[in-house]
Amino acid sequence: MVQYLDSRLDASFAALSDPTRRGVLEQLGYGDASITDLAGKFRMTLTGMKKHVGVLEQAGLVTTRKVGRVRTCRLGPRRLEEEMAWLGRYRRLWAARFDELDKVVEELKQKEVVDGRKKRR
Amino acid sequence: MDARRDGEPGVRKYETTVERQSDRELVVTRTVNAPPRIVFEAWTRPELLQRWWAPKSLGVSFVSCEADFRTGGTYRFVFSHPCSEQPMEFFGRFIEVTPPSRIVWTNDEAGDAASVTTVTFEDRGAETLIVMRDRYPSKEALDAAIESGATSGCSEQFEQLDEVLLTLGTGVEH
Repeated sequence: MVQYLDSRLDASFAALSDPTRRGVLEQLGYGDASITDLAGKFRMTLTGMKKHVGVLEQAGLVTTRKVGRVRTCRLGPRRLEEEMAWLGRYRRLWAARFDELDKVVEELKQKEVVDGRKKRR
Repeated sequence: MDARRDGEPGVRKYETTVERQSDRELVVTRTVNAPPRIVFEAWTRPELLQRWWAPKSLGVSFVSCEADFRTGGTYRFVFSHPCSEQPMEFFGRFIEVTPPSRIVWTNDEAGDAASVTTVTFEDRGAETLIVMRDRYPSKEALDAAIESGATSGCSEQFEQLDEVLLTLGTGVEH
């Protein structure tokens, strides 16, 4: 987890190192916008803006959604703490499963011991 | 590996870990106090799997559990959900079943966002290290699985159940 978080932080800082991308984040703070809108506002080509948005998306700072031919960008995806909470619940689910699995396994082991004794007789 | 913690005297407590190892991959690990062949048996006999896959504390129960644990075999788990009259189904195909060390299956109920799960049982003497990897087709698919788990509606209890069902079968629910 630590490694993954580190790489995510690296991605965030790299994303924020560019003035256009900081501008895009500020702009999205006022409301969602399409790639075309953003390209227009920042006087860039669609391809150029797509690249910037891609970097922001990789860093988890922006999410995009495509409806028809329009890709809309918005600030911040699910937050990191939400993800951590989900992972916590997922861990508890598996911990509960494995605790039950322990019981089944214990029974099988006991049975093996008993069967082993029978065979030896 | 220091998976053991001090619990009650004389009782070994093993820790379950969950880690998002990359954009597309979740990894669950747990050590079990039995050799792989025993763990494999508990995992692959449907009547045994039913006893641990839906633990009581989670509030859902099996309606049916069909699974043909052979390479190319299929499975279908049906659960009842106290908050819904519709049972929930999880199904897929076993891409690989290699006793007693490895099982790979698809989680087809999730459609395009379906993950592929690989579980390995590593021999650690009298113990087995279980490593379960869920590989999603894309970062978006895993994000969506997490997001839908975090924002489901209904009451809090329903939300919890929903999350459980989301992860039962380790698939993504729609």
